[in-house]
Amino acid sequence: MTPPPVLSLITWSPFVGALLIMFTARHHPLAVRLIAAVTTGVSTIASLWIYVAYDREAAGFQFYEKLPLVPPLGISYELGVDGISLLLVLLTSVIIFAGVFASWTIAVRSQEFYALLLTLVTGVFGVFVTLDLFVFFLFYELAVLPMYLLIGVWGSSGEIRPRGIFAWAYREAGVGTKEYAAMKLTLYLLFGSAFILVGIFALYVNAGASSFSFVDLEGVSFAPAVQRWVFLAFYVGFGVLAGIWPLHTWSPDGHASAPTAVSMLHAGVLMKLGAYGVVRMGLGLLPGGAAELAWLMGTIACVNIVYGALSAMAQTDLKYVIAYSSVSHMGIVMLGAATLTETGLNGSVFQMFAHGVMTGLFFALVGLVYEKAHSREIGKMGGFGAVMPGIATAFTVGGLSSLGLPATAGFIAELLTFLGAWRSDHQWWLFPAVAGTFLTAVYVLRVAKQIFWGPPSPHFHDLEDARGPEWVALVLLVAVLVLFGMAPGVAIGPIDTATTLLLSRIVGP
Amino acid sequence: MPTAVPHGVGLDPAATNMALLVVLLPFVAFVLLAVVVPLRRRGQAAGAVSIAAIAVAFLAALFSWFVWKGDAHVQTWAWIPADEGPTATVGVLLDPLSNAMLVLVTLVSLLVQIYSLAYLRDERAPSLGRYYTYQSLFAFSMLGLVLSPSFIQMFVFWELVGLCSYLLIGYWYERPSAARAAVKAFWITKLGDLGFVIGIVMLWAATGTFEFHALFALAQEHALAIEGLGTIMLLIYLGAVGKSAQFPLHVWLPDAMEGPAPVSALIHAATMVTAGVFMVTRAQPLFVLVPDVLVLIGWVGAFTALLAATLACVESDIKRVLAYSTVSQLGYMMAAVGAGAPDAGFLHLLTHGLFKALLFLGAGAVIHAVGTNDIFRMGGLFRAMPQTGVVFIVGTLALAGLPPLAGFFSKEAVLAGVWDSGMTWPFLMLALTVLLTAFYMFRVVFLTFFGRVPATGHPHEPSWTMRGPLWVLAALTVLVGIRLAAGSVGGRHGPGWLAPLSVAAALGGIALAWAAYQRGAVDPGRLAATFPLSVIDVLARRRYGLDGLYAGLYRGFILGLSRLIGWIDRYLVDGVLNFVSASTLRGGDLLRRIQSGHAQDYVYGVAFGVLLLLVWSQWWAR
Amino acid sequence: MSLNAYLTLAALVFAIGLFGVLTRRNAIGILLGIELMLNAVNINLVAFARFHGDLRGLVFTLFTIAITVAEVAVGLAIVIVIFRVRRTVEADRLDLLRG
Repeated sequence: MTPPPVLSLITWSPFVGALLIMFTARHHPLAVRLIAAVTTGVSTIASLWIYVAYDREAAGFQFYEKLPLVPPLGISYELGVDGISLLLVLLTSVIIFAGVFASWTIAVRSQEFYALLLTLVTGVFGVFVTLDLFVFFLFYELAVLPMYLLIGVWGSSGEIRPRGIFAWAYREAGVGTKEYAAMKLTLYLLFGSAFILVGIFALYVNAGASSFSFVDLEGVSFAPAVQRWVFLAFYVGFGVLAGIWPLHTWSPDGHASAPTAVSMLHAGVLMKLGAYGVVRMGLGLLPGGAAELAWLMGTIACVNIVYGALSAMAQTDLKYVIAYSSVSHMGIVMLGAATLTETGLNGSVFQMFAHGVMTGLFFALVGLVYEKAHSREIGKMGGFGAVMPGIATAFTVGGLSSLGLPATAGFIAELLTFLGAWRSDHQWWLFPAVAGTFLTAVYVLRVAKQIFWGPPSPHFHDLEDARGPEWVALVLLVAVLVLFGMAPGVAIGPIDTATTLLLSRIVGP
Repeated sequence: MPTAVPHGVGLDPAATNMALLVVLLPFVAFVLLAVVVPLRRRGQAAGAVSIAAIAVAFLAALFSWFVWKGDAHVQTWAWIPADEGPTATVGVLLDPLSNAMLVLVTLVSLLVQIYSLAYLRDERAPSLGRYYTYQSLFAFSMLGLVLSPSFIQMFVFWELVGLCSYLLIGYWYERPSAARAAVKAFWITKLGDLGFVIGIVMLWAATGTFEFHALFALAQEHALAIEGLGTIMLLIYLGAVGKSAQFPLHVWLPDAMEGPAPVSALIHAATMVTAGVFMVTRAQPLFVLVPDVLVLIGWVGAFTALLAATLACVESDIKRVLAYSTVSQLGYMMAAVGAGAPDAGFLHLLTHGLFKALLFLGAGAVIHAVGTNDIFRMGGLFRAMPQTGVVFIVGTLALAGLPPLAGFFSKEAVLAGVWDSGMTWPFLMLALTVLLTAFYMFRVVFLTFFGRVPATGHPHEPSWTMRGPLWVLAALTVLVGIRLAAGSVGGRHGPGWLAPLSVAAALGGIALAWAAYQRGAVDPGRLAATFPLSVIDVLARRRYGLDGLYAGLYRGFILGLSRLIGWIDRYLVDGVLNFVSASTLRGGDLLRRIQSGHAQDYVYGVAFGVLLLLVWSQWWAR
Repeated sequence: MSLNAYLTLAALVFAIGLFGVLTRRNAIGILLGIELMLNAVNINLVAFARFHGDLRGLVFTLFTIAITVAEVAVGLAIVIVIFRVRRTVEADRLDLLRG
């Protein structure tokens, strides 16, 4: 008896939801939301199930499905998850499930909004579960492109008053508008995917042009020169999406302009696609290239950590603060991967998860605050804690996780990354990484103090706490952060089975 | 699944389970209050839950103290798994050190929580519920810290108590000063914690373990001769510098007095701030391997003691005086640990926990009665609040170090320990601090309880829920002193002249305070103006510029750097991009003009192009 | 007559046509200019066919003539439509395609 195609179910359930929304739920806003909640709920339950059912002893790719698509070219629909993608599938489903509730109040064209959102999620799930590089690329583009419409149509424009000698360039390019942000994000990510496509074809051709399957390519050992430049191509291509410095500037603008659920999904999950790509394809297929270029990856990651934190501190717009904090935290992810140690890599993958949940929570909260106060200017806010204690509490938990306080998921990730960094070949990485946690503490607590503490701000009246479905997102994400922080073994167990396998190919068993 | 038990340590499930019970009871209370919102909103009911939990925990801790006082028991479970055995474990380590701390922490927590019921009576019910939620979380975290069998668990709870401190300092979060003090406390202690975390990461990389017993075993086998152990231990000590408010990271503690008085008593006097001392004491077998670091700890401790004492002499806020005196006493403890007398330091930690909590709660009662923190606006309170006055004076005498109170013996042990180790200068600093301590404490007593200025408002004795804890602590201060006088505990006696010297110094300080603030024989202003006191006076009133230095570093360096990076990001990194984008748009705009829409223009273009091609083919392409 | 004479004639006719296309402001005049240019090409083709003794040139010319007719028909139709819509056939005022 063949096992049920549960990965296909997870992947395509949101897509079916999108179709249903487009064709059956016209002009029924509630039906749109219910369909979205149910179909993503199905994915969530199924991904919880595979998380529990995954055989930790056996490790490797499980829940395997294969269906040849273009046999002469070696393209097939091939799915499977290992310890790394298992966690990320869970992350995706948690974030999208929360995101559906976080955007419950969207008013304009909600039907198209949810349809695009669900299509995008199918792409994300597809990237995490597919084992065929060609199909991987298709899913990857499916995950990236709807973003253009989602930001361009439903986004919000900020106010930027450029100064200095290049001010004309900023007005010309329309910096600060949602159209600018959407265009910038899309162009950047397409720029990245060009590198990825070239990399994939290079591997395909060099391996004899017979198969796009990850499992087959894993068995091939490529020539050192090929490994070097293809790894570089993957690093730049996926790195754009992971927000590596200096190709990160799409992220603050994009995340700040995007509507709540899209920011949650984009910062929470899509940036992880980039990191996942580097780990899975860069480290997994090109161990030699990874070992050779780890110094570059780690060094840029350190820049990311410190630079992102300092930039976040300089922002006055709440959404920009959170967006830059993502740049900083993605540095931890990349640093952990660059250490090429078991603990570091575990930390990296764990950070993908922790940061995903944390930043999802943050964007949900910012969305709520914006909805109540109609402002994102930190300087104008103050004393919100008294009227929105629930939001304040959730923000504090998110902030603590982001500065790596124990008993939240962020701590485990950062600790493991630190341990890995000091055991790697470049011990000095430890210091910028640790300094980053201090800078994070500075900007997160500063923002929390400004918004929630102090006397009530005279600019705002009739504020209120979160209500109804909005609580679902907050409670779910806070609970996940704390639970994974207190019992990290739940996640590290499966991750470890995958990372040890990965590392045995890079540094030998 | 429990991991292997290190040898030389017992594994008695009853003992470790009892310890687990002590630590989990407040945790259960915390979870209850955090999750069951209606219960938390009830305020007093939330307090009852929290108090019940900590009361049972206290009884369990007492039981554990009487049954397993002398042995060590440990039990650990895997926490962060890895391929070859767990990276990190959690568990409990019950030995005399942690056992004594368990009793102290649960006792003071219990008394403070009872006291708070009356002290915060006027708070709104949800706020009170929030207060008790934090209190339960703190009790859990602190107990978890003292029971830690490994550096990593200690760090986890170390940060959690820091979090509770942050939350409780900012309890009155509407006040801008409280909000500022809370983040300042968090940032400054975090600065020290950076050292701590780097230290334990390095130690793990070198030895592959966080466990105290494994590390101590390595130390005993002389297998810890790793390169850079001195650096590692110094970095770990930095954590203690932040948490235990040692120079130069002591600046957060006085500001932390923005929290309610009971919080100051519990967290910023009796328990959390002593975590640094506790940690250095716990890791003593590792610190003795690096004598240079120990000497540094001793010097910094003694210097901190003296510096904070001078600061306390010029402070007019009653709680801040007590805060500086806490910093000063923490300096004593650290000096003892650095001098190789951790038992003396730990003894002082325990006795100080009792009488400093007593002093803070007494000060809380005074503040509650008169509604101000300023000692110059209090006076003659002894008549209105005799009971509070008596217990406050008991605490003051203990802090000043007069026999037969608890403080005398522990301070004696510290001084003896420092003298025995041959650290003459630190000893002299500490001896001078004895005099200053007596002076500034009796300055407070005379100004507050006996001064001539009539107090504002209608001072009155507090209710029994506040008086009860005060009397219990006062009684314990006396009883522990008598027990110590019997001489069976803390058997460290210095040279014969030591006790008379320190008593004389304390009496001298009291006499000076009496002369200056009660009798009026000496004008304190005139006294402070004479050289060299004037220099110290001026500097101390400016807090030696340290607060300003940190504020300057924060504003000038961190915020300045962030503004610079923010500018670079917006106008340089992104600037290149926007410049390219805008240039493309501009260029396109220019080229667009060519497209005039007149068909004839295009024909001109074609004709001209053909002509060019012709010319080119005739002349150049030959 | 030599081939050169024919070619010179064709070049002249072509130049006159081009001049007409470039300078006439009336759309019909431009169309006439285009006709002239096409006929210049026809002259060329016929002349080469004659001097090379190759009939394919004549065949091409026939095609060109047929296409020219069609082109004039379509061109005039467009001009008439433009006249109806814009009330003018002045080339200078027809710049709908301006960038």
